[in-house]
Amino acid sequence: MSILIDKNTRLLVQGITGTEGLFHTKQMVAYGTSVVAGVTPGKGGEWVLDGKIPVFDSVKIARNATGANTSVIFVPARFAADAIFESADAGVGLIVCITEGIPVQDMMRVRNYLDQKGVRLVGPNCPGLLTPGESKVGIIPGNIAVPGSVGVVSRSGTLTYEVLFALMQNNMGVSTCVGIGGDPINGTTFLDCLAMFEEDLNTEKVVLIGEIGGTDEEKAAEFIHVNMTKPVVGFIAGRTAPPGKRMGHAGAIVEGGSGLAADKIKALQDAGVKVANHPEEIPNLLK
Amino acid sequence: MKLHEYQSKQYFAKYGIPIPKGRIAATSSEAKQIAEELGGRTVIKAQVLVGGRGKAGGIRLAKHPAEVEELATQILAMKIKGLPVRKVLVDEAANIDKEIYLGITNDRAARRPVMMASAAGGVDIEEVAKESPEKIIKVHIDPLLGLRDYQARDIAAGIDLPRDYWRTFGKIAKGLWQVYNRSDATLAEINPLVITSDKRLLAVDGKMVLDDNALFRHPDLSEMRDLDVEAPSEIEARKYGLSFIKLDGNIGCMVNGAGLAMTTMDIIKLFGGEPANFLDIGGGASSEKVAAAIRIILNDPNVKAVLFNIFGGITRGDEVARGVLTALDEVKSDIPMVIRLVGTNAEEGRQILADANMVTAESLADAAEKAVAMAAA
Repeated sequence: MSILIDKNTRLLVQGITGTEGLFHTKQMVAYGTSVVAGVTPGKGGEWVLDGKIPVFDSVKIARNATGANTSVIFVPARFAADAIFESADAGVGLIVCITEGIPVQDMMRVRNYLDQKGVRLVGPNCPGLLTPGESKVGIIPGNIAVPGSVGVVSRSGTLTYEVLFALMQNNMGVSTCVGIGGDPINGTTFLDCLAMFEEDLNTEKVVLIGEIGGTDEEKAAEFIHVNMTKPVVGFIAGRTAPPGKRMGHAGAIVEGGSGLAADKIKALQDAGVKVANHPEEIPNLLK
Repeated sequence: MKLHEYQSKQYFAKYGIPIPKGRIAATSSEAKQIAEELGGRTVIKAQVLVGGRGKAGGIRLAKHPAEVEELATQILAMKIKGLPVRKVLVDEAANIDKEIYLGITNDRAARRPVMMASAAGGVDIEEVAKESPEKIIKVHIDPLLGLRDYQARDIAAGIDLPRDYWRTFGKIAKGLWQVYNRSDATLAEINPLVITSDKRLLAVDGKMVLDDNALFRHPDLSEMRDLDVEAPSEIEARKYGLSFIKLDGNIGCMVNGAGLAMTTMDIIKLFGGEPANFLDIGGGASSEKVAAAIRIILNDPNVKAVLFNIFGGITRGDEVARGVLTALDEVKSDIPMVIRLVGTNAEEGRQILADANMVTAESLADAAEKAVAMAAA
């Protein structure tokens, strides 16, 4: 058991012939993910990875031909919103968008449209998902996590790897790791993942990795307090970040007195979450 | 990216929002000429991208065109919060009966744009928001539909605007939605929108902040970027695709990934040090990028030690190590450095660095401890 992806995931890669798309397709296939199709408009009929994966002109054709149920997006930012709309309209149930730098108004249109259709988006500007031993969708390195019972949800990329690595070094396995992305408007939130981990039979404990900006961690804290029976350990990046400065991620900014790390840490602690001072403390807090 | 008042108002005018007559001037004689053409009373306004221009003396009223040259000379010689005034806007002065606030921005929590209005417009709108939030009317807009006519009427009624003005106000509100939408703004604001003594609505001041990620769609607007507001090191970093923010401490950091970069800053502080910067080198770690990052970090005379924290992940650790060494060959420096390398081929990477007499660290905590000790030595 796991959340969102497992061995039944049949993956379609949008932007498969690009440098990033192709590189990570190889990595995902090597991990054991069943990548069944790629889409690059204008390159339908070609094959990639020595003839293993067929390329189609559109998501609709690819889905009809291969029965793909999940898509991962590597197309450049200016085309990414359209790629999400295309997958949603073609009936793909889970869309994972890795692309960074999508205009925020594009994401507001995407999010409002997807909410009406009931399609789940993970990302954008995220590392994707990893269910160790079963499936990897996105760019999380496969060799830094082993199967187990800790669910991980994070707004960050390499910081997530750091935490996975620390867990592995302490012989702790992971049920599923979800990178929800560092943009101000995204598809899947902490709340969605916490609810799924609470339901998931294979997840016993959860690690939540947040950062400055917005109020999603505070909402997560409220949800944990009211709805979670499984223990949660938290970490918030950006305690030393000055206000008004965007810390790399479009969403990581302290504005108008909201989004402070201290407020998030307090909200989580008040909800009974153990909050680590740095990522290497997380395994101990899980014990 | 922020636009100046005059740029914002010119953009407003394209979408039918009435603005005062006026023009931009770079010299006091130009300012005088504009004032003479306008005739009567004028306002001379410093064009700098900070708040509090008025309180700093950067906005002055001239009762007669003859006063304008002197006032413009004074303002053009000013620095406001450290920023030089390079241009002044000379506008006809309106006879103001009432000041309204009207703005539109992204509501992150609602995942929609929100239009906000208040009958208590003017400079202290932040105060109003804090002290009496009920005086601010908020209407969320469906990004797929745009602002509806009834929503504009609701706002007008909500701020007790007399009915005679509803029609004009509706056009202005819809104009502001267009401004926000067409420019990919994250903020478009008229403050104040005034009712003049001759019963007109006029956007006397305006502000726009654009989404940097959307500038590829707006080459005309991105040319308006004012480099005065950015630290030269931040401009340099952007050229190399690095995300860099200068801070006040003495430990420089170079990290791959924004979340990990923030965490590295935090842990330096946790161990009693002060970070000198935030720097995310992004994916991969080519020697060219690393070299640029090191140059930018070492340019800061406060830096006494540097901490590299690279999570290899898919990028191989030995490659990163070689990139760092090549970069250090190019940028010679005596500043002590500690490198922490994790992930794929990290051991090989650490060996390469150790052979080159670089200080390496096993864990993040170890790296921070070493860097703090180096900076204190």
